[in-house]
Amino acid sequence: MTTIILDNVWKEYEDRVVLERVNLALDDHEFLVIIGPSGVGKTTLLRMLLSQEQPSRGRILIDGEPIAAEPTADRGVVFQRYSVFPHRTVLGNVMLGPQWAGAPVLGRFFGARRRELEARAMALLERVGLADSAHKYPAQLSGGMQQRLALAQALILKPKVLLLDEPFGALDPGTRRSMHELVRDLWEENAMTIVMVTHDLSEAFLLGTRVIAVDKPRRDPQAPERFGATIASDFEAKCRIVRESRRFETERERVRLALVPPASTDPNSLPGDVSPARALVKD
Amino acid sequence: MRRIINYAPRAGGRVILAALPFVAVLAIYLIASNARLAVEPNDKLMPAFATFWATLTRLATTIDKATNQYLFWWDTWLSLQRLFLGLGISALAGLVLGILVGFIPYLRATFEPFFAAFSLIPPLAVLPILFILFGLGEVSKIVLIVFGIAPFIIRDVMLRVASLPAEQIIKAQTLGANTWQMIAGVVLPQVMPRLIDSVRLSLGAAWLFVIAAEAITAEGGLGYRIFLVRRYLAMDVILPYVAWITLLAFLMDYGLRRLAAAAYPWDRIKAA
Repeated sequence: MTTIILDNVWKEYEDRVVLERVNLALDDHEFLVIIGPSGVGKTTLLRMLLSQEQPSRGRILIDGEPIAAEPTADRGVVFQRYSVFPHRTVLGNVMLGPQWAGAPVLGRFFGARRRELEARAMALLERVGLADSAHKYPAQLSGGMQQRLALAQALILKPKVLLLDEPFGALDPGTRRSMHELVRDLWEENAMTIVMVTHDLSEAFLLGTRVIAVDKPRRDPQAPERFGATIASDFEAKCRIVRESRRFETERERVRLALVPPASTDPNSLPGDVSPARALVKD
Repeated sequence: MRRIINYAPRAGGRVILAALPFVAVLAIYLIASNARLAVEPNDKLMPAFATFWATLTRLATTIDKATNQYLFWWDTWLSLQRLFLGLGISALAGLVLGILVGFIPYLRATFEPFFAAFSLIPPLAVLPILFILFGLGEVSKIVLIVFGIAPFIIRDVMLRVASLPAEQIIKAQTLGANTWQMIAGVVLPQVMPRLIDSVRLSLGAAWLFVIAAEAITAEGGLGYRIFLVRRYLAMDVILPYVAWITLLAFLMDYGLRRLAAAAYPWDRIKAA
């Protein structure tokens, strides 16, 4: 269970207000997408969730606890670029997190522990489709593969929250589509909370279970920096009850098929496809 | 008729073109030397290549009575020792200080302006101070080299650390790395290729300081020998020594380049 609460969060730089009165309560296993025009403060909001920046007023709680004042391992992140380490191979990149956690001085496992971690990392790479490139360096990968790697690298630590800052912004449309599927599947499999910033509206509604639009409600033409942006609208893009009943149905179908003799089952006909969800406007 | 920038030599032509200036210089020297020797067989300014060879063989294979050493190898050994010590200390200082100052904001705020000012002090101007403080022995020579090139290496490493994308550092923190792990696992490996490059660029300056220090006071060394035999117009020693220093510098540069390529293959992929 992971819940996120933003309690009257403001962000001001000297006399420039970027965000004001941001209030948000996010349930467990939501896919929150933040949309809004360029330069409005979407990324600032994400950075505050990451503790890369501190709110100037208000507080952010995860599971009722105020978040740490610096980035920590409970919040994973994938940026648009530079999310992977160019001096490590693909496998080395994925193995970094657990090695840092388990070997404080050397940052490196040896022997059985290393083999166990390698197996785990390879399984994850297999999942994101990078097993063939395990021993390449990130510079030898395409943009989409680098983002897959960044996802795997973050996921191996099983963060409570995964933060995505325009992760598909630099990808071509085909790659982007396959990344959408991957991210949605990973979100389902790991039952975690994802917060993603994008300015692609269709992407927002395709992936998000909840979509918030950030914009400035008030504008002073003489002093545009006087008012900040806040949550202008809040959509429940995929009804929780629909999602849960769908998951329940999938599970029931799986159990039912498991009971049927194996001869009549075709693994390709598993009813796991996502039905087009209707966007419901909450307010 | 295409634009001149669109004419490029082929691979074979490239080698010939590259060799051309070297051959030309040698040829000009040979012609001028022969012309002078024809007029005055004892001419000291432009000795023949046979004279170079004879002098070099003498210096490399006979024991000098005053020092009881093979002078050529003795000079080479002394100069290289100074150079390597100076370069090594500078590289180590550059690496440690550059990373710490570049990576830790408080150290950076404190020391960056200081290093910037420090690097502007002309090292040769403080050479007398070094001689007064450390005496005329080896220490002052090595301190001179360090003084001359360490600030450059420190600043170069610092800039490299600062140019690491902020995203990488944030990502490392979300993977649970502490400051030491980030230095050892993220910053250091990415700084090393740049450090090697910066040592390569400092080679010229390091030789300059070695020779300058040896010219003033030493018991031996390549620079010392050159400045010593200058009194006798012994071009037959000076020119081979200059060529030998150039060859040593080239070999070091080449070795460092190969080392960087072998130890940090990912850096070359990025460049390609």
